[in-house]
Amino acid sequence: MRVEVTINGQPVAADVEDRMLLVHYVRDVAGLRATNVGCDTTSCGACTLLLDGESVKSCTLLAAQADGREVTTVEGLAGPDGELHPVQQRFHEEHALQCGFCTPGMVLALVSLLRENPRPTEAQIRSGLEGNLCRCTGYHNIVRAALAAAEVAR
Amino acid sequence: MTTILGRRVPRVEDRRLLTEGGTYVDDLELPVLARAAQVTFVRSPVAHATLTGIDASAALAEPGVVAVLTGQDFDGPAPDEEMPEPVLATGRVRYVGEPVALILTDGRYQGEDAAELVCVDYDPLPAVVGVDGALDAPSLLFPETGSNVASAGGDQPRPDDELFAGCEVVAAGRLVNQRLAPVPLEVRSAAATWGDGRLTVWASTQNAQITRDMIAERLGLDQAVIRVIVPDVGGGFGAKIGTDRDTIAVAWAARHTGRPVRWTETRSESMVAMIHGRGQRQDVKIGGTRDGRILAYRLDLVQDCGAYPRGAYLASLTRRMAGGSYGIPRVECGYQAVVTNATPVDAYRGAGRPEATAAIERAVDLFAAEAGLDPAEVRRRNLLSPDQFPYTSPTGANYDSGDYAAALQKVLAAAGYEGLRAEQAQRRERGDPVALGIGLSCYVEITAIDWRNGETGRVEVHEDGTATVFTGSSPQGQGHATSWAMLVQEELGIPMADVTVISGDTDLIPVGTGTYGSRSLQLGGAAVQQAAAEVRERGRGLAADLAGASEDDLDLDTTRGLWRVRGQAGTEIEWGKVAAHGGGLAADVHFIPKQSTFPFGAHLAVVEVDTETGLARLVRHVSADDAGRLVNPLIAEGQRHGGIAQGVAQALTEEVVYDADGNPLTATLADYATITAAELPAFELVASETPTDINPLGAKGIGEAGAIGAPPAVQNAVIDAVAHLGVRHIDMPATPQRVWAAISAAEAAT
Repeated sequence: MRVEVTINGQPVAADVEDRMLLVHYVRDVAGLRATNVGCDTTSCGACTLLLDGESVKSCTLLAAQADGREVTTVEGLAGPDGELHPVQQRFHEEHALQCGFCTPGMVLALVSLLRENPRPTEAQIRSGLEGNLCRCTGYHNIVRAALAAAEVAR
Repeated sequence: MTTILGRRVPRVEDRRLLTEGGTYVDDLELPVLARAAQVTFVRSPVAHATLTGIDASAALAEPGVVAVLTGQDFDGPAPDEEMPEPVLATGRVRYVGEPVALILTDGRYQGEDAAELVCVDYDPLPAVVGVDGALDAPSLLFPETGSNVASAGGDQPRPDDELFAGCEVVAAGRLVNQRLAPVPLEVRSAAATWGDGRLTVWASTQNAQITRDMIAERLGLDQAVIRVIVPDVGGGFGAKIGTDRDTIAVAWAARHTGRPVRWTETRSESMVAMIHGRGQRQDVKIGGTRDGRILAYRLDLVQDCGAYPRGAYLASLTRRMAGGSYGIPRVECGYQAVVTNATPVDAYRGAGRPEATAAIERAVDLFAAEAGLDPAEVRRRNLLSPDQFPYTSPTGANYDSGDYAAALQKVLAAAGYEGLRAEQAQRRERGDPVALGIGLSCYVEITAIDWRNGETGRVEVHEDGTATVFTGSSPQGQGHATSWAMLVQEELGIPMADVTVISGDTDLIPVGTGTYGSRSLQLGGAAVQQAAAEVRERGRGLAADLAGASEDDLDLDTTRGLWRVRGQAGTEIEWGKVAAHGGGLAADVHFIPKQSTFPFGAHLAVVEVDTETGLARLVRHVSADDAGRLVNPLIAEGQRHGGIAQGVAQALTEEVVYDADGNPLTATLADYATITAAELPAFELVASETPTDINPLGAKGIGEAGAIGAPPAVQNAVIDAVAHLGVRHIDMPATPQRVWAAISAAEAAT
């Protein structure tokens, strides 16, 4: 079937298998490989991206469900001049990433969380990240980065 | 002179990972892989069975199916082992998830469809589940060996009246150090091509060179024929040391068919087919005087190896560290390693040392409870003192340096131990249903255990003034590119931004070992530092030649990376000119120290236990982890955080579970209780740096500290919280069900 999606502001169109997952559309059709697949039960959040501005797990959506909609991946987050988004910047400063595999999904989950709740408490950040697993950082610096990014956004 | 070492330098790796994402194996877009076939494994759905036939005809008739390969097709040499692990199963399957056949398809989704159509005949055998099953059951995994015991060793047990002579207080217990799944966020992934007589393998591994050697051995190829390339790796935690049979099968499929192939497992495959960790049953007995001096300790352990005993060595590592950080005069540890119908167990963050620490730290608490003494006080009375180093333990470990009591004192002070005890007493007095528990653990562990292998480093300075580092070490998030660049900047004054670090390519770095056992900085970092120092001294000679001066008059300004001649203002010679004058400038070092190092520390956990539901919540975690001198505290702290989280996970949430027939009940991330941000507090890290003289950096390993120190602290805290209700022990993970059952049983007993 024909699926047309605007990804990071660029139109993408392709004929794909009906059962193609959105994450595979983004990775294999659009060639944007930052979004990762970490599980097959919607548990880990590595595939998180923004669909019409809201975070979703793209391994649990069909590409067809994104037809006519807008997707943002971590490749589309920094400014045109390369200026990092505040969440990306704080991740760097606070050492909130190690192997980097969960990072694109984690960053986008936090971008979405901070849009919904610009002044989250630490507990709200921790519960908001429950669906995003990280095995390297113990979440400690991710939470610090999120608190620091929220501070900047104020 | 200002030094960059010891500064909190944000990582050079981050920008790419944050804006483009890493390039993991599944992300590779190489022309040579453009027409690669996708690999899908057919895996055993039963724990133990005779394999009587495989019919692939229906699968082969499906569109897109290129080949279905089985153990009958495999033509590599058979390993000369008593309990050999085949590449693809033949004759028998021994765990759910064991690879039975390999399917090549043109498209990603076609493989899963075809796997459903491969008809495998299994004639079920009784499953051997758990260590009791292995020791007692009539069923054998390898009938020709006559036993499920793969190996046994350690100390011959002395009679109790001899070992525990003079002990006024003796405590004993049976502990379970449960099976865990490592769960790196990137699952296993590989790609391979065969062409022009060479096999090229891209693999998600911690060790390119070991992977090359393992593939060579199993395929009967010369090592030089194989090139292993390791792109970004999304976490390893021991589970990606070298390579598994799956990647060997992928490499073989490329050679066998001549077609490029690629494979990325699903998480549900990974949960049963990637190695598991831990899996020990431990019987502890500890004795001492009424005033808290520990005189004797015995640990009897049985290591569950799973279906193939590649992790049997873990038991001997646990034995070596059995006595922990205490000066216990009599320590003995005997062990057996057994095979069971479950996923093979191998190294997982800590590999044998978390098991040793969990046993002794639980034993010390059991002893303290029996003697009616404060657990902090018992530890204080028995810790080795700084003047006892170097110290040879009763089990033969050579502890290099430490101040164990200082680490304990630091966490007690930082946590406010007396205040916590007072609050605990108040809650108990007022009958608060939410009980407070305080748990301690003191640990010493062993890092760079395979110090004899050492590590390689090559530093090159180029004519444009930049430098390249080739390291035998191989990162999965540990920040080698940053730390190694810091070491080069420190020695040569070439700014970090001009230093490129290359790892994980066996053609570029034929000799190397890689990253495991917290070895990287103390071996690989030391090699880079020494190579840079050699480059500096060669550069001094070249610069002197250029300046027409004596070497003794040449100074390197490491703040700007310029050579100057003493007494000649204005002479500035850049590194690029020096390198050009030398027609190339480089040094290779294979650094081999004289022994392992022994990091140590103390952890204190504070938990709240809801006595009505059994829910235990970690509210504070304070740790002092001493890994000698730190090159980059930001990175070292990150390692501690990650280790603590995995340690807390062992204590509270995570466990691989099998049913009585050997079926895995935790085979997806929806079933396995991987710890999340919501279950953890912010960690309170206390600094502690006691240098070692084993390497010039003064560094010990930090990667596994948290996973070693945290579990018993949290477990002890949970038990401490409900000790007043009569609970003496709760096994890990202390789930609400287990805690509630322990409270109920204690109430029923009173």
